[in-house]
Amino acid sequence: MSLLRTPVDQLQPTAVTDGGPVLSVDDLRVTFTRHGRRIHAVKGVSFEVQRGRMLAIIGESGSGKSVTVRALMGLLPPSAQVSGSAVLDGRQLVGMSDKQMRQVRGMKISMIFQDPARSLNPTMSVGAQISEAVRTHQQVSRQQVADRVLELLRLVRMPAPEKRVHQFPHQLSGGMRQRVVIAIALASEPDVLIADEATTALDVTTQAQIMDLLVDLRERLGTAVVMISHDLGLAASYADEVMVMYAGQVVERAPTQTLFSNVRMPYTQALVEAIPQIAHPSHTLLSVVGGHPPDPSHPVQGCPFRPRCARADDDCLAAPPLTMHEPDHAYACWHPVGGPGTPATAGLAVGHRGDMS
Amino acid sequence: MSNTTVTVEGPVGREFDPGEPLLSVRNIVQEFESRGPGGVKEGVVHAVSDVSFDLMPGETLGIVGETGSGKSTLARAVIQVERPKSGTVMFQGRDLTTVRHRDLKKVWANFQMVYQDPFGSLNPRWRIEDVIAEPLVSHTRLTAGQRRERVRELLELVGLRPETYLRRRPMELSGGQAQRVAIARAIALDPAVIICDEAISSLDVLIQAQVINLFETLRRELGLSYLFIAHDLATVKQVSDRVGVLYLGQLAEIGPSEEIYGAPRHPYTKALLDSVPGLDPETGVAKRPVTLKGDVPSPLDPPSGCRFRTRCPLAQDVCAERAPVLEDMGPGHQVSCHFPLDDQGLPTRGHPLSRQALDVATG
Repeated sequence: MSLLRTPVDQLQPTAVTDGGPVLSVDDLRVTFTRHGRRIHAVKGVSFEVQRGRMLAIIGESGSGKSVTVRALMGLLPPSAQVSGSAVLDGRQLVGMSDKQMRQVRGMKISMIFQDPARSLNPTMSVGAQISEAVRTHQQVSRQQVADRVLELLRLVRMPAPEKRVHQFPHQLSGGMRQRVVIAIALASEPDVLIADEATTALDVTTQAQIMDLLVDLRERLGTAVVMISHDLGLAASYADEVMVMYAGQVVERAPTQTLFSNVRMPYTQALVEAIPQIAHPSHTLLSVVGGHPPDPSHPVQGCPFRPRCARADDDCLAAPPLTMHEPDHAYACWHPVGGPGTPATAGLAVGHRGDMS
Repeated sequence: MSNTTVTVEGPVGREFDPGEPLLSVRNIVQEFESRGPGGVKEGVVHAVSDVSFDLMPGETLGIVGETGSGKSTLARAVIQVERPKSGTVMFQGRDLTTVRHRDLKKVWANFQMVYQDPFGSLNPRWRIEDVIAEPLVSHTRLTAGQRRERVRELLELVGLRPETYLRRRPMELSGGQAQRVAIARAIALDPAVIICDEAISSLDVLIQAQVINLFETLRRELGLSYLFIAHDLATVKQVSDRVGVLYLGQLAEIGPSEEIYGAPRHPYTKALLDSVPGLDPETGVAKRPVTLKGDVPSPLDPPSGCRFRTRCPLAQDVCAERAPVLEDMGPGHQVSCHFPLDDQGLPTRGHPLSRQALDVATG
């Protein structure tokens, strides 16, 4: 067996059976207290990720997508209050002590960030940084560490890995740096890899290479990937399931194909229509919604998208719950796109709502 | 015409004959010396090598390419922020490369840059009214009252209510609002050309769409010309009349955007387009990108012949031996490739994978 598999006796007991979720998050809430005011950054987020699947969390800045995954990683500042449940391989992450968290973080769940240059130590060689990650999680001989470093570099398809071991981050391109970061994240073969805007800073060509690598790792190692992105096209191209967040809440969630062939939530629709398209003739105007996401310290009554939504009416003053309205397709909206309840047919909306909830 | 007192009545661009290019860039070369540890000379960075293009009045020219392709260096060389090593830049009948440095300030009133990070280009301690008024103070003879009037007018043009924003400071703005302020400042002197260097890359999708629409509205209302530099090909298509594709400091292809995106002639252009993840908003069907292998080679030692050959799936021996030159593929459309692609994306001119060769092989 390759060195890449942790020896069986060192594995933590897992509650994972084939097909069951490797990570299951239920009603996760994160609150910050700033200047004596409580800010609800994440307001009851629930989702599951299966082994070997890729979930994309989509949303604008301030939608709570990064806070959600940082809460899972135990990376929030002490001022954050986290409640709810997040179970990874049968272990509850919420409320874990720092000491316990350190055994999970990097071991069972790893994260890669937008800027690979800032995740790497500029004064340490690539080899030294990967060996550090290998040694942190395993007691192995020096030779085994060296072998493992090369193996990891090959795993992330690094060109000329023997040469890279001795190089420093500044000698690598952005794409190669992100490969090193992924190699470090994979050192202990985590069950879940979180990629927070991991390709946003890269060129389209490099972005495609890194996304191919993540898909490949997911298939070869069975790692579950949670990708956070603002790029709908990217999520649509790679993810198995998509979850759209707005103002700290999940507003729509479905398998990728289902969601994009049948967008229901007006906010998701606005995102889709705002993407520049190669198919558009030059100088066409994009369809835009005005306004800004709500300030988390001044929450909006009812549906958080209401002030910016063309379909909003008085119904929306009551917050719509995230409901599985169609098979596998959940959304939080009283007047979904493509359904009855557009402003012109508002009379139908009440009946519709009654039927569905 | 006089540049010293740019009046606020009309944009400079309108005074040009639309048949004449506003800006005519020829054979720009920009090279930097690279020094290693201890100041030892390592070699020469070939940042921009022999790039030529015209920008017509009211036109938007998109420039795309990967990191290190020389997009920003080209823009900086054109407006003489860093003097190019050689080449000419004709603007208003003058070659900017020969304009003395102290006279460049007047020229720069015609060229305004909008950068990626709006907060980085706005002084955090100044109020918005002062940020926007600054170029008016240094380039015009407007009185304080006239300047205040103009600042209000500019804020309204970029869609910000003057009453709300005049007295704010940059830190009290969102990213989209700050970018609007940067744009208001850029158009304050009625420039002929706005150079957008990744101007919308750091904005959220919905805000990005608002700013793209703002650029479009300003183009229509003020007759502005844009040099629109971005790595996002779809955004560039959305705004550009013509597009130039840069690879390692050279133009691989330049032409009308419909042709560049619809039937790319250069294998690099095709590879770039294939690597864009797409989503059809009508059907919800996603287009999975096709990966281009490898990284951009070092500009310290560009490959011989065609610079793209090390990554080109179609490269032949001749590509290493001879550098292709830009040749006409149609009106305003030029490509630099020994085997330009046909409408089906197949190489031509006797390439082993060309349609003729394939037809012969299959009988």
